[in-house]
Amino acid sequence: MKKLMTGLAAATILASMSPAFSADKIKACFMYVGSKSDGGWTQAHDAGRMMVDEKLGDKVETVFAENVPEGPDAERALERFARSGCAIIFSTSFGFMDPTLAIAAKFPDVKFEHATGYKTAPNVTTYNSRFYEGRYIIGQIAAKISKTGTAGYIASFPIPEVVQGINAFLLGAQSVNPDFKLKVVWVNTWFDAGKEADAAKALSDQGVDVITQHTDSTGPMQVAEERKIHAFGQAFDQIKAGPTAQLTAITDTWGPYYVKRIQMVLDGTWKGGEMSWDGLKDGILTMAPYTNMPDDVKAMAMDTEAKLKSGELVPFHGPITKQDGTVWLKEGEKADDGTLGGLKFYVKGIDDKLPE
Amino acid sequence: MEIFQSIILTIATASTPLLIAAIGELVVERSGVLNLGVEGMMVMGAVVGFAVSLSTGSPWLGVFAAVIAGMLFSLLFAFLTLTLLTNQVATGLALTLLGLGLSGLIGESFVGQAGIKLSSIHIPILSDLPLVGRILFGQDPLFYISIIVVAAISWFLFKTRAGLTLRSVGDNPTSAHALGIKVVRVRYVAVMFGGACAGLAGAHLSLVYTPQWVENMTAGRGWIALALVVFASWRPWRVIGGAYLFGAMTIGQLHLQALGFGFPSQLLSSLPYLATIIVLVLISGNRRLTMMNTPASLGRPFVADR
Repeated sequence: MKKLMTGLAAATILASMSPAFSADKIKACFMYVGSKSDGGWTQAHDAGRMMVDEKLGDKVETVFAENVPEGPDAERALERFARSGCAIIFSTSFGFMDPTLAIAAKFPDVKFEHATGYKTAPNVTTYNSRFYEGRYIIGQIAAKISKTGTAGYIASFPIPEVVQGINAFLLGAQSVNPDFKLKVVWVNTWFDAGKEADAAKALSDQGVDVITQHTDSTGPMQVAEERKIHAFGQAFDQIKAGPTAQLTAITDTWGPYYVKRIQMVLDGTWKGGEMSWDGLKDGILTMAPYTNMPDDVKAMAMDTEAKLKSGELVPFHGPITKQDGTVWLKEGEKADDGTLGGLKFYVKGIDDKLPE
Repeated sequence: MEIFQSIILTIATASTPLLIAAIGELVVERSGVLNLGVEGMMVMGAVVGFAVSLSTGSPWLGVFAAVIAGMLFSLLFAFLTLTLLTNQVATGLALTLLGLGLSGLIGESFVGQAGIKLSSIHIPILSDLPLVGRILFGQDPLFYISIIVVAAISWFLFKTRAGLTLRSVGDNPTSAHALGIKVVRVRYVAVMFGGACAGLAGAHLSLVYTPQWVENMTAGRGWIALALVVFASWRPWRVIGGAYLFGAMTIGQLHLQALGFGFPSQLLSSLPYLATIIVLVLISGNRRLTMMNTPASLGRPFVADR
């Protein structure tokens, strides 16, 4: 996950890195692209860090650096971490991928974990969440709730993770209503409450009555609340911003993963070069309470969630046709992780051209 | 045709904070001071406005506090650059960084809280007129304030003696000083007016546009406001044109995308910025026009010879 940062944040990096640590504890370090109180992506990671403090506090000391811009500053911050005695470093943004690999090559004894990327090394493991499983559920809910038969999708950047979400959402919706329509608007930012709200207003003006987003602010949720339409929360439960608008939220729960991996470091069983891609069943991804919807829709959503957890249902299973009309997956065929990890095309029924 | 009215209203909401911040900076630059700290003052206004309105339950108190916060923050800039004669560009940048950091600290406990919206006005019958009712008589109060401020500044700068004094300080502070004008004092007032406007623009963000507080919520709008001042070649009414052109491009491209025409979205997203650059190039291409309107001593410190 990458974010466009406005500014030079070196001062914040220095300020938030504490030099003090005792010799009998290992140090686990977290690098954030945003502010730890952004109410979304970064706050979810920081909640994970706090769970580490709570569960392993007697053996582990956690340190974090927030507002680290992607690019050269990321390398500097990582190098500082590595030199300051971090045993394991979590870099929590898609755009930190190459800096993480560069610094990992210089510090072979330090363990690195990078979120949502696709490159590994002997001391670098990547981890990700199957956000798209949640998107499938909310797609189904949208198709049941929408009176106009059209949902709006506020998208950030055309990277595979976002494309997976859009496709899964529409596949979920089509499983309820085969003619369901989806309007996609790209705002080309991860975080700009005003612009996201503008996109939500534009979508609502054009007849959309259910909005979902792959950006990080609660701007769209507020617009939905004001215009008495519905929306889904992103990364964090946004019910406060939309008490009568939020249907559910896909929330990121990184804590259990962080605890597990740091425990492995303590036990000496940690391994690099792995790609961990957990989903609903592992609890890395959870659905906020299903609200503001009739009981039958709620029952359907819970049933789908249970089936996704048990593996009975897989969002990307055939038959699926691509947007251009060619066959992607034949009857009974499932998409492999490699294809999903590099997903660059839409499925049939999306009213948009994927930016390249 | 309800959609037409709705689009215009969305454009007005997107343009108003840019307009308010830009008209304030225009006055600052007309006095010969370049304050690059608009983003920082704006974000301070946003956080203070949000915090005060939430604590007191009154959005108007929030607006008032935001104006004061922007003004106090600009006073820091004024003291550094006008009294201690620090470099204006560096100090302005520092002010932006300080504002972004400080606002995050102040606002930490307010993240995720539902804000109080400064409600739009409603006049029976007039606001319900078809097509134009809500555009003319049903917008948020800050929209009307923004237009009034532009009109007032235009009148002040070009029709009053005090306005002439302000412009002379920006064009030729040495002569102004020789005529007995307190150059530094005039610049102090101008900078504080700019700070008040930036604070008000910030209040618009956190109390009207998206009633909430999140770190960095200005998202670069302070910088756009700075560009708009040049775009308008330091003429008040042209700031309205620039701000609304930018707002219209921003909203228009979102609508085009939602219509699903299949234009490349990156190109559409960059349209407002491209338009700004093109106009800037056109303006600076005409040297005479540029010379005529640019405050001649913009960015230069002034020290009175004794």
